[in-house]
Amino acid sequence: MSDDHRPRATRRRFLADAIRLAGGIGLVSVAALEPARATPEKMHAAMKKVLGEAPLRKGKVTLDVPPLIENGNTVPLTVTVESPMTAADHVKAIHVFNEKNPQPNVVSVHLGPRAGKASISTRIRLADSQRVIAVAEMSDGSFWSDEAEVVVTLAACLEGI
Amino acid sequence: MARALINVPPKAKRGDIIEIKTLISHVMEPGYRPDSTGNVLPRDIINLFVCTYNGQEIFRAELFAAVAANPFMSFSTVATESGKLEFKWSGDNGFSAAETATITVE
Repeated sequence: MSDDHRPRATRRRFLADAIRLAGGIGLVSVAALEPARATPEKMHAAMKKVLGEAPLRKGKVTLDVPPLIENGNTVPLTVTVESPMTAADHVKAIHVFNEKNPQPNVVSVHLGPRAGKASISTRIRLADSQRVIAVAEMSDGSFWSDEAEVVVTLAACLEGI
Repeated sequence: MARALINVPPKAKRGDIIEIKTLISHVMEPGYRPDSTGNVLPRDIINLFVCTYNGQEIFRAELFAAVAANPFMSFSTVATESGKLEFKWSGDNGFSAAETATITVE
C-alpha cells in the first residue's frame, strides 16, 4: 500500500479542471456583454401580475424539465396539472416563468374543461443555469406551482450567431 | 408561408382525450442576439397561437422570446364531434399562418 495522498493528474481531473476553466471564461465574456437580464425580482414582478394578491401554493403541478441541459436553445418542457378538468373544477391557465433570461415570461397557455387533461409540452430557451417555475391558475381562483433547478452548459439568447 | 406540421389523430371515439401536436417553422429571434457585425438583431417572434375546434376556442398560448425556434406545442382536447380543427399563429412584423385538420368522431 502506498501512503501517497497527493491528488493524481488523471484524465478525469484534467477534464474537470478544463471544464472549470472554460466555465470561468464563459462567465467573463457573458458579463462583458450583459444586456438587460431578468432577475429573481423581475420574475416575482411578472408572477405578481398573474397572481395578484392570491397566495401561491406548492403542489398539484408537475414541471418536467431535464436537470442538466447541454444546449439552452431547445429545452423540452412539460407541465402537467392534477385536475378533473370539469366545468366546475378545471385549470384555466398555465404560466411558466424563469429567473435569468432577458425576460421573466416564458409561455402562458389558456385551457378549459374541453382540454380533457391539463398537460402541455413545448420547447424553450434558457440563457443560464437557473430556476424555472410553472404556475397553474385554477377555475376556483387558486394558484399552484412547481419549480425546477436547471443547469445549462450552452446558453441561449445572448450568444452571437 | 411558414411550414407547419400538425399531428391530430384522424379518427377518435366520442369522449376520448386526444393529443394534438403542432410545430411551425419560425426563427423566434429573441431580440438580444448580436449578428456577425455586432448589431443586435431586432425581435421577430410568434406571440400568439390559437386552436379552435369547430369554431370554438379550445387552446390559446401566449409565446414570449424564451420559446425555442420553430415553436412546438403539444396539448389535448376531448373529441366531442366530427369536424375541423383550426390552428392560427400570429406574431411580429405582421406574421400570420394558419393550418387546419379534420377529425372523424365515432
